[in-house]
Amino acid sequence: MTSAENEAAQNGTAATEDVAVEETVDTETAPPKRDLQQLFVCGFLAVLGVLVIVDAARLGGFSASNDPIGPKPVPIILGILLFVVAGFYALNVLRGGHGEDEGANAGEKFDFTTVGLLCAVFVANALLIDWLGWVISGSLLFWGAAIVLGSRRYFLTLAAAVVLGLATFYGFAIGLGLGLPAGVLQGIL
Amino acid sequence: MDNLNSLLDGFAAILTPGNLLIALIGVTIGTAVGMLPGLGTAMAIALLLPITYGMEPTQAFIMFGGIFYGGMYGGSTTAILLNTPGQSSSVVTVLEGFKMAKNGRGGQALATAAIGSFVAGTIATIALVFVTPITVDFAIGLGAPEYLAIMVLALVATASVLGSSRIRGFASLLVGLVIGTIGIDAVTGQQRLTYGVPELANGIDIVVVAVGAFAVGEALWTAARRKNGKDEIVPVGRVWMGRSDWRRSWGPWLRGSALGFPFGAVPAGGAEVPTFLSYVTERRLSKHKGEFGNGAIEGVAGPEAANNASAAGTLVPMLALGLPCNATAAVMLAAFQTYGIQPGPLLFEKESALVWTLIAGLFVGNAMLLVLNMPLIPIWVKLLRIPKPYLFAGILFFASMGAYATSGQAFELYVLLALGLIGFGMRRFGIPMLPMIVGVILGPMAERQARMSLQLSGGELSGLVGGPVAWTVYGIIALIALWPLAALVRRRLTRDREAVAV
Repeated sequence: MTSAENEAAQNGTAATEDVAVEETVDTETAPPKRDLQQLFVCGFLAVLGVLVIVDAARLGGFSASNDPIGPKPVPIILGILLFVVAGFYALNVLRGGHGEDEGANAGEKFDFTTVGLLCAVFVANALLIDWLGWVISGSLLFWGAAIVLGSRRYFLTLAAAVVLGLATFYGFAIGLGLGLPAGVLQGIL
Repeated sequence: MDNLNSLLDGFAAILTPGNLLIALIGVTIGTAVGMLPGLGTAMAIALLLPITYGMEPTQAFIMFGGIFYGGMYGGSTTAILLNTPGQSSSVVTVLEGFKMAKNGRGGQALATAAIGSFVAGTIATIALVFVTPITVDFAIGLGAPEYLAIMVLALVATASVLGSSRIRGFASLLVGLVIGTIGIDAVTGQQRLTYGVPELANGIDIVVVAVGAFAVGEALWTAARRKNGKDEIVPVGRVWMGRSDWRRSWGPWLRGSALGFPFGAVPAGGAEVPTFLSYVTERRLSKHKGEFGNGAIEGVAGPEAANNASAAGTLVPMLALGLPCNATAAVMLAAFQTYGIQPGPLLFEKESALVWTLIAGLFVGNAMLLVLNMPLIPIWVKLLRIPKPYLFAGILFFASMGAYATSGQAFELYVLLALGLIGFGMRRFGIPMLPMIVGVILGPMAERQARMSLQLSGGELSGLVGGPVAWTVYGIIALIALWPLAALVRRRLTRDREAVAV
């Protein structure tokens, strides 16, 4: 990023010195690939703005002597700012702006199947943790995540998962008093 | 002198076998987590925060001291060997560090980073001992409007100074502020933005935000780009420095420390600017200009020292004003709050022993790192060889464990995943995460100060601005806000039409 900035600065000075150079610099850097997927971010910000304002409108606007403005103004200001930023963001995107390092690799292929599977494993843990307990659900989380991410040694991974589950339960829950559930293994562990 | 005595008491508290062991554990796991690709110091603390919930505050803070320096140390190792900066403050280190590693001088790069971190950490921690009480004296005279102004400054500065795109910084900040608003309003007890979900009434824990956005987001990001090739790890060789390496390193260490600490101590100065300044300075001063760009040791020594010194510097506003200016400080502040301790001017009176133990812990952790890690670097590097499936499965495992433990409810895991998806999106679109993290924790604090100011003025809006300190701070904010405008005008004048990217 820094070297790019340097270059840009040098290009800038070069351009001021010589108009002819400016032309070439312009044509070199001119066609920025617009990454219109970024408009999703603007949409997200706008939706967030709506949610914030709708909720704020519901709040009782009463004010007391010890709290003259009440809880309402801050969310309303935030909501308005969200719209403003979403607008400028969209403008920036349409002019070809993009974020830091990641913008450069924006065109890469994304493997959304893996992301989806990983989320599924994660949600499974959230659903099962209170019933099965941390040792089982956590082990399943580790095992599932490792398999989804490309591990092919099913049994070794499972062994590692169980060891991790047991070690963290005994170490943190029993040793350090961390609130992890024992679940169906209550009384066995 | 009072302070020095308190510091000695802090050392006395820490130099027991049990506490030294805790410091050692902190340093070790801090290094280990900080070294994992994609995670940084803040992540190390956030992931490890839950395991301290069962400890005494003193011991927990001794551990934090260790994790703090350990995490930074681990992060620089990854930056040098993997060519992937784990956090934005390591970006400059990568420039020369990875080149050195490629030239077979990885050992020297790691050594100068390690010793430089130690030197800078020590200098900055000493500076912290002297500067923080002065800041406290200054802060005690400040009222709610002044605090509000300083907090707004911190928010605006983190959103606009860091990173290359202001609009993305502000987007990130606003998302953080909205997350911070969720939950019961402290003054009136009304629920905001909970949409009837009872679990949201207590708000969203900063640990869940940080772990979700950084760790879970990183895991999802890796999953999405699984097929995009592998990182290459450069072999290290022996970690040592020759005579000429020492001669070329000590100057950059000292200059880096001097640059880093003040930037860290100012609200929202950050580590990016001083590391970059240090790099530029060293390139200008060096007798080996030709080596810059091909692995100059000065280019690692200076920025690494600046990075560490500024990180220690951020503890000044964190402890003295209760003002977190980077993700690490935000998570640490959350840790204080978990123990019912509110950082700020009164902290040094109320919890004097605790604070000085924490500061003593920083010294001890820093020294331990130097002694332990210099010989152990080759072993640490093996961590980088853990296959990615296991690495990220492990990160998800510990992230879930920590998030669940914050409240003992499975609901936290859904919040964690939601924030992971937000973090994933932010990585995809190159939006900086720091403003969001700082917004989550500073937003509610700023709102409280604003409402307190209005309470004091009886509802008069003029009460929001307050005295000369507040005016000065708002002046600085205006300067930061108007800076790009001035630059834009200048560019227009020079008829350079291409650089419009805000």
